[in-house]
Amino acid sequence: MTDTTRISGSLRNRLATTLIGGAAVLAVLLFVVVRGYAAQIAQQGQDSILAASASSILDAAIIRDGSVEVDFPYSALSILSTPSDDRIFYAIYRDDTLLSGYESLPRAPFDGSATTAFTTTDFQDDAVRFISARRILVGENLRTHVSVVVGQTQDGLTLTLNRISRNVAVFGIGFFILAALLSYWATSITIERLTRLTISVTRRGPQDLSPVIAPMPVEMAPLVASLNTLMDRLDQSLNRSEEFIAEAAHRVRTPLATVRSYAEATLQRVSKEENRQALRSMVRAIDESSRAAGQLLDHAMITFRADHLEYQDIDLVELVTEFVRSFSPLAEMKDIEFSLHMSPPVHIAGDPILMQNAVRNVIDNALKYSPCESIISITVSAHPNPRVIITDQGPGFPPEQLNTLTERFTRGDNAEGTVGSGLGLTIAQDVALAHEGHLELSNLPKGGACVTFILSA
Amino acid sequence: MKFLLIEDNIQLAHAICSRMGLDGHVIDHAETITDACAYSETNDYDLILLDIMLPDGDGRDFLTAHRDGHKSTPVIVLTARSQVSDRISILDLGADDYMTKPFDHAELEARCRAVLRRRGGPLQTVKRIGNVAFDPVAGTLIVADETVQLRNRELRLLEVLINAPGQIFAKQKLVDRLFSYDDNVSENAVEVYIARLRKHLLGSTVQITTLRGLGYRLDYD
Repeated sequence: MTDTTRISGSLRNRLATTLIGGAAVLAVLLFVVVRGYAAQIAQQGQDSILAASASSILDAAIIRDGSVEVDFPYSALSILSTPSDDRIFYAIYRDDTLLSGYESLPRAPFDGSATTAFTTTDFQDDAVRFISARRILVGENLRTHVSVVVGQTQDGLTLTLNRISRNVAVFGIGFFILAALLSYWATSITIERLTRLTISVTRRGPQDLSPVIAPMPVEMAPLVASLNTLMDRLDQSLNRSEEFIAEAAHRVRTPLATVRSYAEATLQRVSKEENRQALRSMVRAIDESSRAAGQLLDHAMITFRADHLEYQDIDLVELVTEFVRSFSPLAEMKDIEFSLHMSPPVHIAGDPILMQNAVRNVIDNALKYSPCESIISITVSAHPNPRVIITDQGPGFPPEQLNTLTERFTRGDNAEGTVGSGLGLTIAQDVALAHEGHLELSNLPKGGACVTFILSA
Repeated sequence: MKFLLIEDNIQLAHAICSRMGLDGHVIDHAETITDACAYSETNDYDLILLDIMLPDGDGRDFLTAHRDGHKSTPVIVLTARSQVSDRISILDLGADDYMTKPFDHAELEARCRAVLRRRGGPLQTVKRIGNVAFDPVAGTLIVADETVQLRNRELRLLEVLINAPGQIFAKQKLVDRLFSYDDNVSENAVEVYIARLRKHLLGSTVQITTLRGLGYRLDYD
């Protein structure tokens, strides 16, 4: 079966890939979002400290004697100290005049009437966060703008961010691994239902064409329904084939029987030798074709049943006895005796119809090739494995043909005078093979053929 | 012997009747189960030949009815089905034997004989001629109180000759009766059996005469 099935991807892989891919995307997204959020929070932290610093500087600005005095506390800058020794810059302006601090610090433009503004710029080769804050100082007849710029490098911030990033990355990877495991598990239990269905269909015997009745998930119900329909159709077609074979036999045999009876009746009446010769040939031809038809149908039946054997308990001794009984009038006509050697019942598991066909064909063969007043010996034995041995006192098999006689339509070179189709031994062999046995052909030392039908133990 | 043939194929039935008539048998032919029942009600038959597929039913139904009516007439089923399972069910239903069409009439006779012998039927078949009693069913020949068991071919040969004393049978005709068509036998083979019969008939008033170039004839005093 597997040989003929075209494989296009795996449902399990596809499902797992989709789920794991989704988990990967989610993990990356999580990393980006959390890191971005962390950066934003960290920036806000730095900004609020800068704002506190700036406002404490501005708060320290007073107007004394018409001039602006800024005596800001040390803490206004010390709150900005970080473990990574960030550098701090500041500048204080009155209007646009630098009162104190670094020159040329970038001053972020204020937005409307806002009193603070932030900007990040490169300053002395470092990314520096600057806050600009302003305040209006009002004294006696004096009104002036004091603004302050405080800047801080971002080493501490970057350090914190990196630490957060690392943690988020670890978390993301953990999430990914967990999600992947979950996906695998989920895929497995989903696929398991399919596997279970497959096993239940595979395990059943080949002749079991009953519908699958185990409860199925709703998604699998249509598949199982189609499977059941298919099996039902197969069952019907198998039955039809068997009926067809039986019907075909009927259609072929009845007219043959008519012709044969007429020919025989006529043969009794006519006395002219050439007419008699013709009638005899006719009867022979009819026998030939009816035997061929019968064996072809037998063979068809065997080929057809070999695929779905119906095993039953069969007693080989009983089977052989039954055939010996039914063949004995025929044997009597040639004064042939059956000599039976049978131990107690030999039970085997086999398809009764096939077994009967095989045994019948082998006995029939022996009868055909046996000379008059001879003995056909039949032995049924259970050891070493179940077997039926049939020997006759006929001409035996041509030794050089022993290996080819079981081939279809092959007949012994010495079989010319005997009606036959060359299928009898093929049928017996096919049946033996279908039951994991084989057929052995040999010649007895004192002449005569020996056919051994061996079944597996 | 008296037969009832139940067969719906008229041509085949004719052929069988015509062939069996030659052997001196009486045959009634019924085409349907209904006819067959009517025939078997009113006549005593030695044997019934029954086809399975009939226009008004299955031959097996006739068989069941026949057995349920406690009729003991032996039945041989003529079937076109070669399926072994069919045959076995036929035997289970009470048929005495079965034959697959087309069949050899010699085989049919052999089977009839076997069935009748098994049944131990009435010995009305015993033929007395001269001081010889011949029972074709049992296959015995009684000459001067001595019973001889005949071999099958001797029996068939004697049956042919004894049924028509005084008639000349050509060798070839006897060969046809004795051997199946696939035996490649010379005419001389029949001489062996004639010789055996003569030996069995020693001391009786029956003898078989050879007529050179013509054949054999059975005479009795």
